[in-house]
Amino acid sequence: MKQFLAFVKKEFYHIFRDTRTMLILLGMPIVQIILFGFAITTEVKNTRIAVYDLSNDVVTQQIIQRLQANTYFTVVESVGSPERMDELMKAGKVSMVVVFDADFESNMLHTGEAAIQLIVDATDPNQATTITNYATSIITQSIQEMTTGYSASFTILPQTRMLYNPQMEGAYNFVPGVMGLILMLICAMMTSIAIVREKEKGSMEILLASPIKPIFIIIAKAVPYFTLSMVNLVTILLLSFFVLKVPIAGSLFLIITGSLLFILVALLLGLLISNLVQTQVAAMLISGMALMMPTMLLSGMMFPIESMPAVLQWFSSIIPARWYIEMIRKLMIQGVSGIYVVKEFTVLIVMILVLLTISLKTFKTRLSSN
Amino acid sequence: MSEIVISAKELTKKFGNFTAVDHITFEVSKGEIFGFLGANGAGKTTAMRMLCGLSYPTSGSGTVAGFNISKDQEKIKQNIGYMSQKFSLYEDLKVWENMRLFGGIYGMKEQDIKTKTDQILEHLGFMDEKNTLVRDLPLGWKQRLAFSVSIFHTPKIVFLDEPTGGVDPITRRQFWEMIYEAVHSGITVFVTTHYMDEAEYCDRVSIMVDGKIEALDSPKKLKEQTNSQTMDEVFQKFARKATRNAD
Repeated sequence: MKQFLAFVKKEFYHIFRDTRTMLILLGMPIVQIILFGFAITTEVKNTRIAVYDLSNDVVTQQIIQRLQANTYFTVVESVGSPERMDELMKAGKVSMVVVFDADFESNMLHTGEAAIQLIVDATDPNQATTITNYATSIITQSIQEMTTGYSASFTILPQTRMLYNPQMEGAYNFVPGVMGLILMLICAMMTSIAIVREKEKGSMEILLASPIKPIFIIIAKAVPYFTLSMVNLVTILLLSFFVLKVPIAGSLFLIITGSLLFILVALLLGLLISNLVQTQVAAMLISGMALMMPTMLLSGMMFPIESMPAVLQWFSSIIPARWYIEMIRKLMIQGVSGIYVVKEFTVLIVMILVLLTISLKTFKTRLSSN
Repeated sequence: MSEIVISAKELTKKFGNFTAVDHITFEVSKGEIFGFLGANGAGKTTAMRMLCGLSYPTSGSGTVAGFNISKDQEKIKQNIGYMSQKFSLYEDLKVWENMRLFGGIYGMKEQDIKTKTDQILEHLGFMDEKNTLVRDLPLGWKQRLAFSVSIFHTPKIVFLDEPTGGVDPITRRQFWEMIYEAVHSGITVFVTTHYMDEAEYCDRVSIMVDGKIEALDSPKKLKEQTNSQTMDEVFQKFARKATRNAD
């Protein structure tokens, strides 16, 4: 036991002395949560727009007020010429200009036809579409309200219904994904690199020639990364709860238990990789290609599994992160009770058993064959 | 006749069709410096790994410190020290932390570790470097420290795998002085090398060619037998027979 503790202490030193790596490992979840939560979101907020009002009547004023009052838009300027409009667009100061045709009100009232032009910066097509939809919806709504009470003839305005989720559901969805990714990264990738480093440097040889049992070497290697991933798990949960206001609807106990299972899977994968390769570079490449990529692309973190081709759907079911992410989504966001995640728990436990068998087997043969 | 601490009988290791170590037989007495010479790929390291309990022999038998190398590897590991050229101490640990780690791995008491660390550092004149990270030390120092660490737990036998690779002759000389000190305290030294000046320092040397021991005697007698002036000549005469390519 004392041997083991001496060894664990050494592993912690390795991590603490490598300040850069440690900062990356501790900082990454924070950065990822904040990036995903605030920057990378399809939500349109405080989009800067300008208006070019050729009519300047009661109706246009009201529409502009509506746009201004909305949290989605900030009207930064009322421009007086097409040149100024062009200038603002080019400088990137606004993303959209709303142009009202001359005699807007009278046209609307007399002919039932009045022109509004939305000029949108479409560098990011998705963003542009969203902005346009919002603006159209707001304009339509305000015209509708203003014209109620008039005869039915000019209420024939296009009706746009927004199926947008105003509560930033996007932000909720990625939190489990980030959890899966970070835990996989730290437990599998870092553990495998740490073990292979000893092989590459030749210190594994010295350790194997000492009385310490090989299995203790491996467990001691896993302890600091296990600790680190628990810290990260807590960081992510706290950040998403307090900063992103993602609710933790389900049982915290189940979330932690499920995460522990997933961590175990990841550690075993790391051990397996370290048994198969001889160099740190190889360990990094294999964990990157075989673990991180599928975790990002096929786990449902970024792309919904249902819309994948059948082969990939099948393939995704052997990716541990898929089950973990699904489980955390259910527990954290939907707040379901334990019965609904039995399947995910079972899959992870089966994975642990399979990996444990394979890892121990490859580990033993490696020791005795050379 | 003093006590035999290492013995190998017809020790063989095969990797598939390749016979890395081919029926070698020898004995090493307590307090001896036994040199294991051979070109790269001659099978020195493989033979040594079997003796250290890192690898199972394909056939043949052997004992180290009185324990069977095929069965009692754990007991052997308690009684030996091991140092290789490839690794000398953890670079990102301080000098004393390395000592504490290896003391701890061999199950030494905390207090003993402390006393011994100071004793060794004092002796080497490294006291000022106690808190230095190993990566900041010159190579020669690292290797002398690594040797101290490999005999930190006072093993019966220490195995040195090309311990002085890459250092200059003066540092090598200093290193050998440490080996002599260890021998005086009753430790048996088993050392592989391909520096022939080092071979001269050994009590007895064996020359391995293509997995077999071609010669085994004291450096003096080997020179007489082959009418050579230096160990280098002796080695050339034996190694010429090699058909295996160095890897």
